Amino acid sequence: MAEKVLMKGNEAVAEAAIRAGCRLYFAYPITPQSELIEYMAKILPKVEGIFVQAESEVAAINMVYGASGTGRRVMTSSSSPGISLKMEGISYLAGANLPAVIINVQRGGPGLGDIQPAQGDYFQATKGGGHGDYRLIVLAPSTVQEFADMADLAFDLGDKYRNPVMILSDGLLGQMMEPVEFKPYKTEDELKQLDEQHFDWCMYPNEDEPNHHHHEINSLEIDPLVLEQHVIKLGKKYDLIEKNEKRFEEYNISDENDVVVVAFGTAARIAKSAIDELQDAGKSVGMIRPITVWPYPYEAIKNVLHDRVKKVVVCELNLGQMVEDVKLAVNGKIPVEFLGKVGGILFTPDEIKTKILDK
Amino acid sequence: MEIIAQRPKSLTDLQFTYCPGCTHGISHRLIAESMDELGMRNKMMGVAPVGCSVFAYKFFDCDMAEAAHGRAPAVATGMKRARPDMHVFTYQGDGDLAAIGTAEIIHAANRGEHISVFFVNNAIYGMTGGQMAPTTLPGMKTSTSPYGRDEKDIGYPIQACELLNSLRAPYFIERVSLLSPQDIIKAKKVVKKALQFNKEERGFTFVEFVSTCPTNWGMEPVKAMEWAKENMLPFFPVRNFRDRSVEGGE
Repeated sequence: MAEKVLMKGNEAVAEAAIRAGCRLYFAYPITPQSELIEYMAKILPKVEGIFVQAESEVAAINMVYGASGTGRRVMTSSSSPGISLKMEGISYLAGANLPAVIINVQRGGPGLGDIQPAQGDYFQATKGGGHGDYRLIVLAPSTVQEFADMADLAFDLGDKYRNPVMILSDGLLGQMMEPVEFKPYKTEDELKQLDEQHFDWCMYPNEDEPNHHHHEINSLEIDPLVLEQHVIKLGKKYDLIEKNEKRFEEYNISDENDVVVVAFGTAARIAKSAIDELQDAGKSVGMIRPITVWPYPYEAIKNVLHDRVKKVVVCELNLGQMVEDVKLAVNGKIPVEFLGKVGGILFTPDEIKTKILDK
Repeated sequence: MEIIAQRPKSLTDLQFTYCPGCTHGISHRLIAESMDELGMRNKMMGVAPVGCSVFAYKFFDCDMAEAAHGRAPAVATGMKRARPDMHVFTYQGDGDLAAIGTAEIIHAANRGEHISVFFVNNAIYGMTGGQMAPTTLPGMKTSTSPYGRDEKDIGYPIQACELLNSLRAPYFIERVSLLSPQDIIKAKKVVKKALQFNKEERGFTFVEFVSTCPTNWGMEPVKAMEWAKENMLPFFPVRNFRDRSVEGGE
């Protein structure tokens, strides 16, 4: 087994991305993700990688667009206000079927907000954010280890579906140190394979006729009938992702559950403490923790609502965003209650326990 | 029979979407001919802008990316950094480069990115139907400056070459015009020089084309050329601003 190292989430995900074959990173400094850009600035030049501190979030995501168009693995990261600025570029990436990894170390909002952990960007990440009909694959880690592991997964999913992938983290996971175990670095052969996997569509050195290629990286289709087909094709891809890629964790789920909690990311790890304490006190509460918040695991929630379950409690670090998806999953069968904290404030396990026990 | 003129290999056989008398076709051809002559086509990647030349990605027969409005220099940065063994150019209009994309062009130039930027300045937004551009001349009437550009209210036209010439990193900056056959022959030499420097990885190269827009200026093509000579050239003088390949060239 590989050695465990104590690292901040921001650094761990950066290291994991490099191990996953990411040699291109473009970003702009913002708190609370600064350790990530700093780690990339320090390490990438040592592995023949490219680090560019862009003049803006907008430029950074467009550098990602250009680099992704050449078929190579590329990443950017930011925090909430910066992610808003990237939304234009994210829509273009999606429209042009380009893979890329975008990390959002969420902070309090709206506007400039604060620099403490929050989950207020759930709607933006999972329901759009940029213009037009598109979907991001959105992964939500709840530990530093999972944050790091998701770098590899995000690149693989991005390449598999030619789609941008977001890791929806937050200031707590970014700043907190936990022991992490890393996968080995990709070998030279594996890196070469990654480099060539997109040669059927990407920009790369050309040849003379008859093997000359003219590849276009583009989201524009001025003819509505052509654009219609393009968007329908995107829709089919999203259907396939929904079919194949839903991920979730079941925690303490059993026939004894009276209440089921649904929470993601940092909120879920606090909820786990509450659930453990209640279990010790003889009260059985289960939890569904969505790991992909898009595609959303509606069925996973629906499947655990047996007759004994009296209510569902949704805990989020926002005013109530994912709760709308939980209500879709529960479909009016039993009450869905919400516990939220905003402004970068976390709830305590006791607050969650109180909400669960509330009649 | 000897062929004395034909379509450059670096252009596809698609018909241009430009208006009659528009100079985009000329600047496309100058770039494509230079790519052919320098043998760069197979290692070239281009970036098309948003504006009249939005379909440039279909017209240049090399790998092409279509960028969001103004973002071409950032997209080109990503492309060049990702594939340093290839050559990269952007093709941008005045709204794209000197208004919405001001930050991207200044910083790409300031980093000295090894790319060539071809900047088409015709003092107007063509594709959206003739609105005021950052390079619209004082007093010039457009659909969003219907009483003439009032420099006291909205400022003076932006002079892109002069602006970029204040930076230390760029290798080559020159403004040319496309307003007569002689000008076009001169412009070709400058385009080829910029791409030669690009091929040799010398640094950031920038060529501005003083161009016309007969449709939105409401003039016959020949009249538009005459008008541009009289009115644009005083504000946008044709000259070399920077050439690091010669002594005293900066």
